[in-house]
Amino acid sequence: MNWQIPTLFGQTETAKTVLERVQETTLPGTTVPASSIERPETGVSYWFPEQASTFAKGVDDLYMFIFWVSTVFFIAIVVAMVYLCLKYRRRGKEIVVEPSSSHNTNLEIAWSVLPSILLVPMFWWGATGYFDSRIPAEDAEEILVTASRYNWLFTYPDGDSSSELHLVRDKPVTLKMQSNDVLHSMYVPAFRQKMDIVPGRYTYAFMVPTKLGQYRLACTEYCGEGHSKMRTLCEVHIDDQDRKENTQWIESEHAPWENGERIYKIHCSGCHRIDGQAATGPALNLTWNREGKTHTGEAFKADDNYILESIWYPAAKVVEGYGPVSKMNSFKGILSQDQVNHVIAYLKHLQDPNAANAPADEPTDTEPVAGEKSTEEETETEA
Amino acid sequence: MAAHNVPIGPMGRQKYEVEIMSSEAIRNTFGTPETHFLNHEKGWKSWAFTLDHKRIGIMYLIGVTIALILAGVFALVLRTHLWSFDGTGPVKLTNAQYNQMFTLHGAIMVFAFIIPSVPAALGNIVLPMMLGAKDVAFPRMNLASFYLWIAGTGCLLFAILAGHGLDTGWTFYTPYSIETETGVIYATFGAFILGFSSIFTGLNFLVTVNTMRAKGQTWFKLPLFLWSLYATSIIQVLATPVLGITLLMLIAEKTMHIGIFDPKYGGDPVLFQHFFWFYSHPAVYIMILPAMGVISELISVYSQKKIFGYSFIAFSSIAIALLGFLVWGHHMFTSGQSQVVTLIFSAITFTVAIPSAVKVFNWLATLYKGSILLSTPMCFALSFIFLFGIGGLTGLFLGALSTDIHLHDTYFVVAHFHFVMVGGTLTALLGGVFHWWPKIFGRMYNDFLGRVSCFLVFTGFNLTFFPQFVMGARGMPRRYATYDPEFQIFHQYSTIGAFVLGIGIVMAYAVLVYAAFRGPRCGSNPFRAASLEWQSSSPPDFHNFTHKIAMCDPYDYDSQVYDEELDTYVHRELAQPSKPVEAEPQPAAN
Repeated sequence: MNWQIPTLFGQTETAKTVLERVQETTLPGTTVPASSIERPETGVSYWFPEQASTFAKGVDDLYMFIFWVSTVFFIAIVVAMVYLCLKYRRRGKEIVVEPSSSHNTNLEIAWSVLPSILLVPMFWWGATGYFDSRIPAEDAEEILVTASRYNWLFTYPDGDSSSELHLVRDKPVTLKMQSNDVLHSMYVPAFRQKMDIVPGRYTYAFMVPTKLGQYRLACTEYCGEGHSKMRTLCEVHIDDQDRKENTQWIESEHAPWENGERIYKIHCSGCHRIDGQAATGPALNLTWNREGKTHTGEAFKADDNYILESIWYPAAKVVEGYGPVSKMNSFKGILSQDQVNHVIAYLKHLQDPNAANAPADEPTDTEPVAGEKSTEEETETEA
Repeated sequence: MAAHNVPIGPMGRQKYEVEIMSSEAIRNTFGTPETHFLNHEKGWKSWAFTLDHKRIGIMYLIGVTIALILAGVFALVLRTHLWSFDGTGPVKLTNAQYNQMFTLHGAIMVFAFIIPSVPAALGNIVLPMMLGAKDVAFPRMNLASFYLWIAGTGCLLFAILAGHGLDTGWTFYTPYSIETETGVIYATFGAFILGFSSIFTGLNFLVTVNTMRAKGQTWFKLPLFLWSLYATSIIQVLATPVLGITLLMLIAEKTMHIGIFDPKYGGDPVLFQHFFWFYSHPAVYIMILPAMGVISELISVYSQKKIFGYSFIAFSSIAIALLGFLVWGHHMFTSGQSQVVTLIFSAITFTVAIPSAVKVFNWLATLYKGSILLSTPMCFALSFIFLFGIGGLTGLFLGALSTDIHLHDTYFVVAHFHFVMVGGTLTALLGGVFHWWPKIFGRMYNDFLGRVSCFLVFTGFNLTFFPQFVMGARGMPRRYATYDPEFQIFHQYSTIGAFVLGIGIVMAYAVLVYAAFRGPRCGSNPFRAASLEWQSSSPPDFHNFTHKIAMCDPYDYDSQVYDEELDTYVHRELAQPSKPVEAEPQPAAN
């Protein structure tokens, strides 16, 4: 793992040990392993993450242009200020003011107009770079981005979908983005691309990834309790084939709990943790067969029907401590009963990893559960 | 002695009579008077029902300071939480608690502290005196404005205590603010009331400056602080109603679902952003323009030189106020607004940079060949130029479109506006308070300790916010309760800096409070300032001036002569017993 120690303020022993501690830990509460995120490599600019899109370099160049113009102005201002303060500082009690003009129209017009001229290229350069990142190439593939609190779902033209964004190097892509609830914003620092996702309309972001690797993708428009957990990966692959291997998911090739795990990553992980800790919603590894009370004091048992009802109609029975109003969106129409079965299998697996391999449980009231292959067949007939 | 109508304005009922004193008597008032506005009446009612602009200003100062302390504590709590990237630092907040912390920090700082800080606190005390007037045009409205401030701030605090806090961010973006169960209605209603408080102050100042200038005080003899307050007042009166309407509509949307801002009911969340920033961008200038006015005064007085390019500075204030109305869309470059509109907003945004730059150059030119006294207010003024310089220049990165797309909603933006709001406004507020403190209380602060506090504020501030530029450029999003470990070292610098900054601010206030009660007495004009407020005694009389003021240019320092007996500076015309003022039928002003 490349790790550049920040050199801005110099480095002390204690800070170094802190960094070492940080390196060994993982990202909490997200599906993102800490080690998978790009690190500034040695030799990479001090200011920026990697340049991984076609227009990233333009953005960085403009940044550095403004940086140097600003630095020159700033140093001039500070040097002039310090020099004047030292040279004309009051010595003793005597107030000595040399007579000097209190206005000079030519000078003032000069220092109004000259900086204005410098601003023109900044504006122009910024505008052209902006249109590069907003006007899509005609042959760009379209990936549908669905943001919901606090999960990402990426759907590819071939119908595959994933909770991480998978792109192909040098292949132009337009992200067509929609939100299921509140404002979000899609931000990939390495691409220098950011666009808000507005409920009730589509927004678009365009880019051409140029570098293989894994990059951070984060939500940058405050969206609620789990905002800082709404992070995922963006991976750039060498070709479509390579990407397909990562995005393709054939349900029949996986055990139901694995299918359930995938659904969890895409739809549930933003609010529910699987390490026993409460988040926006209750932890899922403690859910299956749990007996508890709803916020109204009604007793419930987390059996098949309860799970199904909670996914489709989250407001019906809210667990004590999470009410009175459920923060969960209804997944009716998003998750089929089939998929709910996978989720239930996953819940069981979380409780007892060996259970999934064991023979199917006794079927309960209405629906079959988490058997191996029988599940899919039976639910198909039901649907 | 003869009764004499002092011309304080065309409004007949505002006229009052004072006795014209002999020059000897005038000179004696430049010592410390026995009765002044602080002690001419006693008891809490004399404060609670006062119509005196100076007492209202002091109450405002106390009020905004309490708001500053409260919101500052929130800031320290959240910075301590951010010490560790995974939220396991010394202060462990849940995500929900962290969201509440930054929301309350922002909302209280913006609505209850920064917006009223310089205009309502310092402006109230100084503005009428700079005009040679007895009070503002509408003293009752002035008091009402303060009580509205209390009511509005009370509503904001009530949201914390009774409404499950507030977790929307100070921007109240829809549809999140419509969905959340926290006290959005209390808080927005509080901000709505605070808006009225702000409008009352602005309206009052506009009328006062227009109608109550001393005889002979033309617009171009106004101190630049008044120009900036005038420009600010225009914004307050024109822009704040839009915020009020927007917040009421938000409340209506939240309670009745009428479908303005929430797409669920057919509304448009981006519309809310337009409405919100139509006020809140000009509000940025409500925060910084008065601060610039304070700096113009400080730089000039402590250089003992006429401000360079008076009219450029004056008109740049007006230009900023007007252009400030046309740039709100630069908060929304990534929001989904049309690309053409985005382009236009970017262009106009760059034009706002110019008037601000002009001011900085003019301040520097004022230093040239001056007699610069590096006392506490001047130290704050110089650190203002440094910090505002960084704040302003980093605005260029955000005005340019392609870089803004990268930097928007990252810590770069957080650092940028803190450099302007804290490095600018708070620094100017402290500098201004130190400058006018001897005028208000007639006592001098400890200059050495004052400068130490300025140094701590300056150092702590830079340590807090400079690392945030680096984090932002590297892609650290704002409003994150937990973050990637690679940013931790920067957050730790930032947290240490925040505590240094906090200590600096507390120390500055400690120096001031000690001076107000125990500081050595000072004369009416210890800094040889020439604007009219320094012609009153320190502390000023209830009526501000007990004598006929001597009109002069606010930056004509040669008009002030040193009086050894009083150990202070006195206007030439008032200082010479041989040239009695009352003998002249025409005011000496002209």
